Amino acid sequence: MSATVTTTESKPLTLGGRPFTSRLIIGTGKYRSYEEMKAAHRASGAEMVTVAVRRVPLDRSAESFLDYLDPALQILPNTAGCYTADEAVRTARLAREALHTDLIKLEVIGDQTTLFPDNEQTLEASRVLVREGFCVLPYFTDDLIMAKKLLDAGCAAVMPLAAPIGSGLGVQNPANLRIMREQLPDAIIIVDAGVGTASDAAIAMELGADGVLMNTAIAEAEDSASMAQAMKLAVAAGRLAYLSGRMPKRLYASASSPLAGVLH
Amino acid sequence: MRIEVNGEPRELAGEMVLSELVRDLALAPERVAVELNKKVVRRVDWPTTAIVDGDRIEIVHFVGGGEAGKGQRARREE
Repeated sequence: MSATVTTTESKPLTLGGRPFTSRLIIGTGKYRSYEEMKAAHRASGAEMVTVAVRRVPLDRSAESFLDYLDPALQILPNTAGCYTADEAVRTARLAREALHTDLIKLEVIGDQTTLFPDNEQTLEASRVLVREGFCVLPYFTDDLIMAKKLLDAGCAAVMPLAAPIGSGLGVQNPANLRIMREQLPDAIIIVDAGVGTASDAAIAMELGADGVLMNTAIAEAEDSASMAQAMKLAVAAGRLAYLSGRMPKRLYASASSPLAGVLH
Repeated sequence: MRIEVNGEPRELAGEMVLSELVRDLALAPERVAVELNKKVVRRVDWPTTAIVDGDRIEIVHFVGGGEAGKGQRARREE
């Protein structure tokens, strides 16, 4: 079954100069095996996957995780686990050197319990990285003013959270995403974190997001490859619904059948 | 000569350049990145970058990860 949106879509999502047909970006963490991860990646149709940067273990030989990724996938390194702008900037520079990509998913975490972003440090790191030529995709709280500041700093896109990372709660504040879409019509908005199931991804897309990034919702599903396919369809369906322009909500019924000619 | 690699103290017997250290640690050069005293050293410069006493070296690679932070390392002490 093809989930490609062809009828209404005018242009593909473009990041770092590369067009992407799929609007689903997925993670590479938490899978029960590399084989399972590969199957989920294939089923998702995603063309971009995120990876984390870590110290190599020196006491044992480490197999290269990158070898398990389809070479056709665009790798999006992230700064997950960084708590300061300085750490995130250093991590981004290392990632660029090893992967030869200017793309960076910028994450500066502010708190271990909620994993909420430190928006102030994120903005500071964004400014440094943009100056160094990075294509910066920052994870941040779903706040319009913060989005404007990040875009003014030169970020290529903004990545507001839907809910806490790994929570699977879905879009907690649809009004914020809708406002962000309406006020920033030209910005690339990718919802990052908090999606739990297919309807959550569809809602994010229906609100006008340009893409959705997720990891846990797929990796922790009982059948991750099957959930990956569900997410592919949900993202495509949500996008198509957004482009189609939904009907207005009404409090009362509005008959679909003509009222004239009813038997009396 | 005493240096630090990924936060661990390490004793080097003699003169060494970065590319030799990476080789001695049995790492795949094309899969790692190296930072020397908080500055990235490009791969092409490894053979000419001499390690000196007291250097702090970070060698990183890539691991599975996704949406921000979950289950990642605890806050690093710097």
